[in-house]
Amino acid sequence: MGGPDSDSAYQALAETLDGDDGRWAFGAGFDAGTAEIDAPAPEGVDRDDLATYCLMLADDALVASQRLAEWTTHAPELEEEVALANIALDLLGQARVLLSRAGHLGAAEPFRVGPQDDEDVLAYFRDERAFRNVVLAEADLGDFGRTMAWMLVYSSWRLALMTRLVASRDVVLAAVADKAVKELAYQRQYAAQWVVRLGDGTEHSHARMQAGLDGVWPFVEELFAVHPVEARLVEAGVAVDPAELRAELDAVLDQVLPPAGLTRPERPAVGLVAGRGGRDGIHTEALGPVLAMMQSLARAHPEATW
Amino acid sequence: MADETTRLATAAAPDGTTDVPEHLRRELEEAFERTVGGEGRVEPRDWMPEGYRRTLIRQVAQHAHSEIIGMQPEGNWILRAPSLRRKAILLAKVQDEAGHGLYLYSATETLGVDRGELTEKLISSKQKYSSIFNYPTLTFADIGVIGWLVDGAAICNQVPLCRSSYGPYARAMVRICKEESFHQRQGFELLRTLMAGTEAQRAMVQDAVDRWWWPSLMMFGPADGDSPNTQQSMAWRIKRHTNDELRQRYVDMSVPQAEALGVTFPDPELRWNAERGSYDFGAIDWDEFTAVVKGAGPCNAQRLAHRRAAHENGQWVRDAASAYAAKQEARRREGVAA
Amino acid sequence: MSMSDDVTAHVEGEPHFDGAPKARWPLYEVFVRGKRGLNHVHVGSLHAPDDTMALHNARNLYTRRNEGVSIWVVRGDAITASSPDEKDPFFAPAGDKVYRHPTFYDIPDSVPHL
Repeated sequence: MGGPDSDSAYQALAETLDGDDGRWAFGAGFDAGTAEIDAPAPEGVDRDDLATYCLMLADDALVASQRLAEWTTHAPELEEEVALANIALDLLGQARVLLSRAGHLGAAEPFRVGPQDDEDVLAYFRDERAFRNVVLAEADLGDFGRTMAWMLVYSSWRLALMTRLVASRDVVLAAVADKAVKELAYQRQYAAQWVVRLGDGTEHSHARMQAGLDGVWPFVEELFAVHPVEARLVEAGVAVDPAELRAELDAVLDQVLPPAGLTRPERPAVGLVAGRGGRDGIHTEALGPVLAMMQSLARAHPEATW
Repeated sequence: MADETTRLATAAAPDGTTDVPEHLRRELEEAFERTVGGEGRVEPRDWMPEGYRRTLIRQVAQHAHSEIIGMQPEGNWILRAPSLRRKAILLAKVQDEAGHGLYLYSATETLGVDRGELTEKLISSKQKYSSIFNYPTLTFADIGVIGWLVDGAAICNQVPLCRSSYGPYARAMVRICKEESFHQRQGFELLRTLMAGTEAQRAMVQDAVDRWWWPSLMMFGPADGDSPNTQQSMAWRIKRHTNDELRQRYVDMSVPQAEALGVTFPDPELRWNAERGSYDFGAIDWDEFTAVVKGAGPCNAQRLAHRRAAHENGQWVRDAASAYAAKQEARRREGVAA
Repeated sequence: MSMSDDVTAHVEGEPHFDGAPKARWPLYEVFVRGKRGLNHVHVGSLHAPDDTMALHNARNLYTRRNEGVSIWVVRGDAITASSPDEKDPFFAPAGDKVYRHPTFYDIPDSVPHL
């Protein structure tokens, strides 16, 4: 539009619809595609393995973003509305590139029923069993204290992962990681500050913060399990070994929990089913309703694009 | 602001209300009127008539509340947005609205009211927000129509406010209008996509337009004859155009856009009047408008309950942060003393 | 945009609204340097429990997380502002300090862009 004094709010409306203006906030484009998504898989790397790995990392972000978006209009203060939406948008952005990459490697074909882009085929037309996220991503976020405990664990773990993934032989994974590192550092800082504030705030907030940490603790152990696909791709110089990430999460918790006056929970990890967990599509009951909400409209119009 | 006013204000109490002799008050008011009439800007520390301050607080707070309550009808579709691109856009848009609310609350605080106080007034129904947000969003096409029609009407109202006589309000509006124009475009672009889509999608758009058209016309407020505050607000340059002027401008802009989209407005009396160079349109149902303003709209109770719950559920978090800040400050002082 | 005129500082004698029973976060004023070579400019205010969070929120709200810009946050109650009655003594004396005015300096025409 012209200058704000021009009173001609509509002037540009008709002219620029086809232009590249699908972005206005946070420097984040709303169109996922980058040229690199078409890059071939690195030599000697199995395409299906790479696609599966992309789905794992994509689903971790997509489902977590969907969960965080549940906070919209419910945050404890308006400034927190803005911050939580930022974080949800960052994760959604990571998910979209990774889904597109997985789609380029053929992962979308078994699920395609209509004219949607790969990212939407994979987000909206896969069933629960085909989602590869760790179950932490789908866990109920509870109150703000539990959400901050969740975010501290999630972002510390994912930051450790992405920091290493920058060196991946796959150019797309490396590029996603490069951008994600900055975003996750911000998330981790945000969460750590709140964990300390709530832990060392009032007696009431301390109790709720500890309860929140206790609540997410059973989902921590799975973060370090190594799936066979990951093991093969670690060998190929493409993926990060999850077992390596434990020390970094421990270090973060050692730094954050004492000033917050919180104790590290001792709770059993959620069990696996015949040795299989989220990475195999074996989830908690929490994921189904999350996906039902997310996918309902898209599935009601399988022939439509939006 | 004119030097004269500044000097006169020296003798007056800061808020201009108390202990001002009648003759001095008249001089202050005249100087104020000259500033405003000469397209000058009033800034927070200037003397201003109490009525001007009160009107501004009411208007800007109401505007801020509208941004915050307005997050709810759109937020209703974030989790169900049918593509990831639309989800990202909607999430960012609703986030922008939180930001707009914050800019506007920030402007009201320059008038000496606290945001917490305004929030209390909102959730206890002592201050209003735009009635349009008391209508429900029933399909995803509503998201497009809110962008096109509701944000479009808001822009019509708001663009002139970038020249409002009160500096902080005008500056907040400049920021907001820039972002609103994108909001409106995304709405129109979504509708164009749906209109080029399936039969069901096209029907969804027409249904949404049918439901939102009249409420969007009501956004401009009562007809000029029934809007007692308009003349004073215009004299003070808080408002720049009458409700009916803006409404007519909005209709004139919207009709060709509807034609371009391929939708119709639910008004059999809508037709071009060559003599006036404008579209004639049917009578607005002011009974419905009044009912919604008074709290009897489809979603009034729900919107307020939602906002109240968020605010109250967040109290323990805000309390904890304050307690932590106080502890840190005490520790810092001990550290300095030690 | 005018510089800092709408800072919501409290001055003596101005109405002050606290005393609410529940904790409210204090008001911070936000100043942003949009790019190198420019001054920090007042852009608005926000509420935060402490300085760290204020900076964090300011970055979110007023810079859209644009890296590389510089932000100041200042608690509103830490700002002392001139009030209208002080304007004259503050600003009048500058008039007689001619060296403050650009026309005092006789710059040869050969020096560009001054």
